[in-house]
Amino acid sequence: MLIQINNLTKTYQRHDGAINAVDNLSLDIPKGSYVTITGASGSGKTTLLLILGGLLQPTSGKMKYNAKELDLQKEKDMATFRSNHVGFVMQSFALIPYLTALENISIALNVKENDKDKNRKRALELLEWVGLSDRTTHYPKELSAGQQQRVAIARALANNPDLLLADEPTGNLDPSLSEEILGILKEINQKQGTTVVMVTHSPMAAEYGNTKIQLKNGKLQIIKN
Amino acid sequence: MRLIDLTIKELWHRKSQLTSGLLAITLGIGVIVGIRTISVVSEKAVAVNLDNLGANILVLPQATSVDNYYSADIDAPTFPESYVEKIVTSTLPGVDNMSPKLTRRVKIGTENIVLTGILPKSEIASKPIWQQNGIQANKVNASCAPKPGTAPAKYLDPKLQRKGIQDLAESDCFVGSAVAQRLNLKEQGTLTIEKKSFSIVKVLPETGTVDDDRVFANLHTVQKLLGTGEQISAIEIMGCCSAISDGLLSKMRNILPDTRITTIGQIVATQIETNRMMNKISLVFLIIILFVGSISIGNYIWANVNERRKEIGILRMIGYHKRHIYYILVLKALIMGIVGGIAGYIVGTLAAVWLGPQFIGIAVSPIYTLLLLSIGLSIFISVLGSLIPAYMAGKIEPFSNMQED
Repeated sequence: MLIQINNLTKTYQRHDGAINAVDNLSLDIPKGSYVTITGASGSGKTTLLLILGGLLQPTSGKMKYNAKELDLQKEKDMATFRSNHVGFVMQSFALIPYLTALENISIALNVKENDKDKNRKRALELLEWVGLSDRTTHYPKELSAGQQQRVAIARALANNPDLLLADEPTGNLDPSLSEEILGILKEINQKQGTTVVMVTHSPMAAEYGNTKIQLKNGKLQIIKN
Repeated sequence: MRLIDLTIKELWHRKSQLTSGLLAITLGIGVIVGIRTISVVSEKAVAVNLDNLGANILVLPQATSVDNYYSADIDAPTFPESYVEKIVTSTLPGVDNMSPKLTRRVKIGTENIVLTGILPKSEIASKPIWQQNGIQANKVNASCAPKPGTAPAKYLDPKLQRKGIQDLAESDCFVGSAVAQRLNLKEQGTLTIEKKSFSIVKVLPETGTVDDDRVFANLHTVQKLLGTGEQISAIEIMGCCSAISDGLLSKMRNILPDTRITTIGQIVATQIETNRMMNKISLVFLIIILFVGSISIGNYIWANVNERRKEIGILRMIGYHKRHIYYILVLKALIMGIVGGIAGYIVGTLAAVWLGPQFIGIAVSPIYTLLLLSIGLSIFISVLGSLIPAYMAGKIEPFSNMQED
């Protein structure tokens, strides 16, 4: 099992009282699986994704990664966890605007490796893999939405993560580009064995997963394998 | 891509922010460097004056400002040349050597120079009345002779002594070292001022004073050239120390009641006071700039952090630690500090070199050791200002990039 979460709760304090975005949730995610999470707005799917990626600390509960318990409250450990094991693909692409496609990938590689030449070579390989070897010196604003998302996927794969987390990766794309991006994610899952967890509103996108989860009010409602 | 590359790219990406941030540091450091440069050079000039000039006396028109001994006569009001005769014929003891002068700023091409008309010793000596009663007679006056057993007063640096010039023909001139350098003049060459051609008899050695910017010509030629008539702007007198202490100045004031008679000591005292004031001002500026500069840089970095929240979130998301974020922002402040320090030094030095001669009448040259101090101070101000924004940036959540625009 790649990830095991037990009794996970995330509570937000609001002026009208506390609200549980994730409510006492337990879930196992096997290695090499492709999990899609759906649910209405405010159902807690993005909060769950953030906790899985070590981006957000839960209020209570435990999480194990490769059977090893993570200290979710320790910010430093979670940063190391992110750089070593997790890749992120976001709806808004999350690229740095003043860096070229190549540099956006290199900056992720630099977290673990300082060798400039080695990083450049690896970044070029990744850009070639996502079909953008002719766009290495292009800035995000010079790329189409689909191309930007491909750069973001290449960056997510930079440090060979075991877990790829995608938050509405097709939310800003038209249907044909959406299918292209979903196809790339599927390929990553099938060919590289990377575990993919994707949050989506789209029923079509959710069909790509081999495990489909639906959340309601922070609780698991349906799991389909 | 390393973090330093990222920092440089970010700086370059936001050029307008960079310019305004740098301008704040540059101007702050420039002000300190400018004041400090003028103040240090002025202190040196005072020290040299005190060491070398002893008890010189300057007779000036009543309305003249006497902030600086060397430049007091420049563009000063005038009084009749006949005052020289009044002093000479008074048979006052202790008047050792006398030099009437008329000084005005003139332009040669695009260069501003100071033209000073002086009367050579040969012309003074040629006036019979002066020979009988004046300088020539007083030269041997007992009050000027060194007391037995004491060495005669000497100039520590002989090149700074304003020696009387023996001969200066109507079309001859002496040029100061800075003028010679600026106008590329050589001895035996010619120089045209106000359509009159002068032969350059001598290029004077550098003194580090405004004299380096002067051209000395015959007083009567200068009077004709400037159309002032028989007017002069100053009389410089080499008075004997003992005679001055015996009340020479008050006796001279009785003879020339509508003039201002002062000694180098009095002028230097004014200048020392000015220097003290400048030192105090530079200290006040230093404290203000430390506060204002740090707050200004802090404000700039804080605005930058807010603008980059999403970007910082991305870096945190892909695994960068808080310390990396601190590093990026402090490195940015460090780079700005280095660039601002160098630019501030250049601006401050240029301002001092340009304004020094205009306002306080001394030739100012760059002080290179201030460059290191400027950079050091600038880095200190910048890094100090960046600490709180950097700390706050470390608190930005790694999921900040998930908030849609």
